[in-house]
Amino acid sequence: MASVSLHAVSKSFGTHAVIQGVELQIDDGEFVVFVGPSGCGKSTLLRIVAGLVAPSSGIVAIGGDDVTDVPASRRGVAFVFQSYALYPHMSVARNIGFALETLGMARDAVSQKVLGVARMLKVDHLMDRRPRELSGGQRQRVAIGRALVRQPEIFLFDEPLSNLDSDLRMEMRLEIARLHTELKTTMIYVTHDQSEAMTLADRIVVLNQGRVEQVGTPQQLYHAPDNRFVAGFIGSPRMNFLNVSSRQEGEVAVLTGAGNLSLALTTGDAQSGIAEIGIRPEALRLVAEGEGRIACILERVEDLGHEHFGYCRISDGTVWVIRLPQAPLPDRIGKPAGLDFAGSAVYAFAADGRRVAVGAGHVAEGPQP
Amino acid sequence: MSAKLARRDHRAAWLFLLPVLVVILLVAVWPLARTFYFAFTDAYLDDPSVYSIVWFDNFIEVLNDRSWWVAVRNTLVFTVISVAIETGLGLAIALLLNAAIPGRGLARAAILVPWAIPVVVATKMWEWMLNDQFGVINKILSGLGLVDHGIAWTASSSLIMGVVIFVDVWMTTPFMVLLILAGLQLISPEIFEAADVDGIPAWKRFWSITLPMLRPAIGVAVLFRVLDALRMFDLAYVLAASNENVMTVSIYARDRLISFQELGVGSAASTWVFLLVALVAIIIIGVLRLDRAAGT
Repeated sequence: MASVSLHAVSKSFGTHAVIQGVELQIDDGEFVVFVGPSGCGKSTLLRIVAGLVAPSSGIVAIGGDDVTDVPASRRGVAFVFQSYALYPHMSVARNIGFALETLGMARDAVSQKVLGVARMLKVDHLMDRRPRELSGGQRQRVAIGRALVRQPEIFLFDEPLSNLDSDLRMEMRLEIARLHTELKTTMIYVTHDQSEAMTLADRIVVLNQGRVEQVGTPQQLYHAPDNRFVAGFIGSPRMNFLNVSSRQEGEVAVLTGAGNLSLALTTGDAQSGIAEIGIRPEALRLVAEGEGRIACILERVEDLGHEHFGYCRISDGTVWVIRLPQAPLPDRIGKPAGLDFAGSAVYAFAADGRRVAVGAGHVAEGPQP
Repeated sequence: MSAKLARRDHRAAWLFLLPVLVVILLVAVWPLARTFYFAFTDAYLDDPSVYSIVWFDNFIEVLNDRSWWVAVRNTLVFTVISVAIETGLGLAIALLLNAAIPGRGLARAAILVPWAIPVVVATKMWEWMLNDQFGVINKILSGLGLVDHGIAWTASSSLIMGVVIFVDVWMTTPFMVLLILAGLQLISPEIFEAADVDGIPAWKRFWSITLPMLRPAIGVAVLFRVLDALRMFDLAYVLAASNENVMTVSIYARDRLISFQELGVGSAASTWVFLLVALVAIIIIGVLRLDRAAGT
């Protein structure tokens, strides 16, 4: 087991900067998830930790030792690939045991350990099969087994579940969570799926265009995003945004915008520069036309059985998603409606995307006629 | 698919295949059948219309000819040694070219040059370079003080097979490189990365991962080269005509057929060549299990 720290790590491919000055401290035994849209550099960052990609500059340390120039094979890490990268010509047993075999471990000891790992991952009945004879989920288990058997100090997962269908993904997610609870090994996990990040991580690192946007627990990122990017990326369905113009009246910002929005928020200082507000779908309530804080047209409703999503178009063309406790009456669809929300549910952002701290109390009256 | 649709599909397929089948019938099946037929006759090339059936006499005559067995031995020696060297060299160069080195595209194009040169041109070129009096090779060797007089590379009976093998290796290694490189590039780089992270040493990675995964590609390349080498004619003939030290089975058949005008015996020799090549092909496909390996 070991900690990982990255100091001023950057990586460029030619003139294209993929990773830009990443600072990160991962504690021993922590489960950290790198999340971000595709192309944000999260896989490259993971490969830098593994030693598969050399950083252009910066320092990578594992367990306190500088390993920037140490080859992957001597970093004590195990890597689980998105494509599983199993050796296609070897049986399941040999795939899992191959690394031990090369260490010169006795044949009996190897098969003992392989069997133990295979039992743990419930693939012990497949030992003689070739990878091509396995299902996606089984291949993933074998790939994890191959990582597990070496008892690495750090587990690295590169989008391990994205080739699986949704049922299997859920199952393997639980399996990986269980592994972490049992082994208490440091794990770094890359995904583009924020729900995987939310459910697995002790801490999430949100990456965007090669930079760390925010590091924090899932709850911190959800409830207190640092900026518009994190606010928009974490949470499903994503946060609703609306461009606003603000007029400062002392410590109160009076916001106006589409849908006859009229909202006043207390701000800490007199120059808040609020340019955009965000409200999560679950903080919105559908009310009658002319009521609530913003006017819209209820365009469409999705009924998923256990939950219902309404899509409301605001006058500037923005569509907001609202999570409804029950499906509204069909005759409301296509008709004007109002949306109400508590002032404390509003996130405010400056033009550069930075979050502006606002007070909850001072909220003006609803839509003006 | 309904039975009717399937039938229509089959009919269309046969329609498209028809022109090819006609061409194959004219240029392969018909001459081959004629050769088989003449092998059972005592025909001569000056007037092939006058002949009588002699059954297996020609086949037996070829087998009783000492020159035939010399040619068989030459052909097998040439095939085994040249294909072995080409495979080893081809694999090594392909592995080098597969590494992400700068200028790789240029190297890949440059290596093809020997293969693009016609066999006769390449052979003549090497014959000149190896000439005992005027050849550049002997010039270099004597310049370096390694020999005091020029070596008669192509005239010496002990050296000429070596020369033939050398020129063949020079000409056809690029073909091996190309086929093996194609096989290498089919292997996902993540498999090597996985081995890297797992701490598999380089030699073990080569023996236990690269080589087994390359087996289908190497197998196909070896098969192609062996079939080519077994019926080799041009290189040895241009270099040494009917010199017995490098006479291959193809040259033997040609001599019987053209030089001696023995259409019957020449056809029988050709048939033996055909059977020899077919036999070796079947053995290679069976040993390497190419038909099954293709599915992995």
